Amino acid sequence: MIVELRQTTTAQVAKKLQELRESGGVVSLGRVLSLIVETDVQDLEQAVETANSASKLHPSRIIVIAKNTEEKTWLDAEIRVGGDAGASEVVILRANNEVLQNIESLVSGLLLPDAPIVAWWPTSAPVNLGRSSIGMMAGRRITDSARQENPVRFLKELARNYRPGDGDAAWTRITLWRSQLAAVYEAHVDQEVVQAKVFGSADSPSAHLLAAWLGLKLGTRVSLDSTSNADQVSGIRGVEIELSSGRISMTRKNQTVTIDQPGQPISAGLLPPRSDLDCLVEDLRFLGEDEIYAEILLKGLAHDNEGS
Amino acid sequence: MRNPLKDPLDRRLQKIAGPSGLILFGVTGDLARKKLLPAIYDLANRGLLPPAFSLVGFARRDWSNSDFENFVRESIRSNARTHWSESVWSQLAKGIRFVSGNHDNPLAFAELRRVVQDLDSERGTAGNHTFYLSVPPRDFPLVITHLQDSGLANANSGQFRRVVIEKPFGSDLDSAKTLNAVVERVFPPDSVFRIDHYLGKETVQNILALRFANQLFEPIWNSKFIDHVQITMAEDIGISGRAGYYDGIGAARDVIQNHLLQLLALTAMERPESFEPTQLRESKENVLAQTKPPTNLGLHTSRGQYAGGWQGGEKVLGYLEEEGISPASNTETYAALRLDIDNSRWRGTPFYLRTGKRLGRRVTEIAVVFKRPEHALFGRQAVSQLGENALVIRVQPNEGVTIRFGSKVPGPAMQVRDVTMDFAYGHAFTEDSPEAYERLILDVLLGEPPLFPRQREVELSWEILDPVVEAWSKQKVIEQYTPGSWGPDSANQMMSIDGRSWRRP
Repeated sequence: MIVELRQTTTAQVAKKLQELRESGGVVSLGRVLSLIVETDVQDLEQAVETANSASKLHPSRIIVIAKNTEEKTWLDAEIRVGGDAGASEVVILRANNEVLQNIESLVSGLLLPDAPIVAWWPTSAPVNLGRSSIGMMAGRRITDSARQENPVRFLKELARNYRPGDGDAAWTRITLWRSQLAAVYEAHVDQEVVQAKVFGSADSPSAHLLAAWLGLKLGTRVSLDSTSNADQVSGIRGVEIELSSGRISMTRKNQTVTIDQPGQPISAGLLPPRSDLDCLVEDLRFLGEDEIYAEILLKGLAHDNEGS
Repeated sequence: MRNPLKDPLDRRLQKIAGPSGLILFGVTGDLARKKLLPAIYDLANRGLLPPAFSLVGFARRDWSNSDFENFVRESIRSNARTHWSESVWSQLAKGIRFVSGNHDNPLAFAELRRVVQDLDSERGTAGNHTFYLSVPPRDFPLVITHLQDSGLANANSGQFRRVVIEKPFGSDLDSAKTLNAVVERVFPPDSVFRIDHYLGKETVQNILALRFANQLFEPIWNSKFIDHVQITMAEDIGISGRAGYYDGIGAARDVIQNHLLQLLALTAMERPESFEPTQLRESKENVLAQTKPPTNLGLHTSRGQYAGGWQGGEKVLGYLEEEGISPASNTETYAALRLDIDNSRWRGTPFYLRTGKRLGRRVTEIAVVFKRPEHALFGRQAVSQLGENALVIRVQPNEGVTIRFGSKVPGPAMQVRDVTMDFAYGHAFTEDSPEAYERLILDVLLGEPPLFPRQREVELSWEILDPVVEAWSKQKVIEQYTPGSWGPDSANQMMSIDGRSWRRP
């Protein structure tokens, strides 16, 4: 069910939500968190769809703040419940910059009592997450550096302004890479690591984060190689770890990763790309500070920059 | 040496097993088709299978590799929970092989050995193999002997061989011991994985979190506050074509011995020192060892068979009329019993277990029923509509937790009535959360045993159940119950003599 409220206020929206609950029809499941989504009007539907699907695993109240460029200085709201909202309740607040001045006052009347608050910027994000008005309310702040105009510079901003609770989908995107690398490396832990290389695009924040992680954890120099067989690569193409007695090489093509390591025949595994949904679901699983991410962002990335 | 890439603080990192292969016996069976093969694909789709993963099917059919590939593909397409991806499939399919043969044919096992060796050199399965015996227990000795004779069961140093077996783990204490002797003659105890798919379910694992991560429940989790516990696993269907397996086994051996006693153990055990497999299992074993069958079996057990008739708008056959069942069969399709746990926590708090087919609805739950308050602050009138407080852990469907407590009815008079507080962890949990078999297969490949019962638990469970089943086997008549009801009359009697009643799940 979709209910539209024109020229409205937060108090009216909250009242309507309550009414919808009481009039039956809308089943209220136990919601475990409030998800505040900040997005532009054009990216709105995509973001809502992803958040809705994620709510199947993490039942939540989703509050979307969609900035428009219209002249009218009032708030329009839309409530989606039941079949139109998956396992969540969605409140969409549309307004221009002027009305959105005091975002906290817009949102606080709609938050679930006593439940964790997560802020999510699916596309463009403020450079200082923790100081933004939504970020200050949230215990967890999820952004996506790959969607910013200059991803690598944005990563540096993230590092400079880091606060516990910050997160980046570019980091979440490499969980499978990291898991596979950790599993493959397991058989060679007694070898000395000479150096390592990540093949990936120079403007892919994930490639930088992966290189930084490897460098910091293996205690070695890791370079980022953005040319591979003379082709420009996008995203992450592969990883090479040079050991004292051979080389581990993992190369991804489509969803398959080919693994070549000392003492074993070449094997292949699966490394499916991760959707925004996969990433959001994973991020909502771990509320609170992501200590490894902090370590990589703050220490590893600096290391990575010196190295390359 | 420690792997620096596996930081214990790194909660995101998924565990991926080292290179290994899975050899599946009984691959054409229902379980393989509906659960195992789809679970393997779902793991592949989530990127959690080891790189060189290979799957060898072994069955009687005269199939080629590509026939088998088609069979696997069809099973996956109709039963996998994750979306279909051609590239995931083609990668998985490269490691699929088939060996045709009977379980008593040494030549087929020699062929299997050759296929497995080829996989080691071609695909890099590194000599690590898991044998999944999805076959009737009577075939275990044959298969396991041939695995040994063909040399397939032998691992060089640094390699592993594991074996996975499904319930039933015997049909009484003696046969369980015999079966185990056969398996452990060839495979060491820590290489034997006994699958109880219930233990792979999120809700079952959540029992531990609910009890031990909260301050709310554990302090009252004892006989001072808890009146009794009811554990129910009900199905609304009949035996649906499983006559050959079911007849002679019956509800108690099929369900109570494994699933319900495991649920009892998790509900009643003391807090383990840690979540280390040994300590978790020790806790479960301790409480199972203290669990006693009723002293008066006639009074505190109940069994029955479903009769024919109308159930929910459908005309259904009675158990004795089902195809393949002897009209004189003495096998129960409903079983209930009272158990008592002889320790300081639970003395005086009975556990009632029941299971059956063709009952009112499909439901599995643990209901912890609390005592009534001792004082008489509220008059008899005020609380006449108030039942006991209860905490219900719903295992399936609609996984979650319900708490029932009393609340004042709005109005001038003081009337207290039962209300419920409900938590459902997302109604789509079953859709998107890993199916129990995915979790279990992954744990087998990783060699992580906490979710698998070991032989001691199996034997303790039989020790509890054996006297009951033995007494039942001497009864000439077996009570019939209406399909779609909650079991035979004697089930209600065994509760009412204790002054209690079954809850309607």
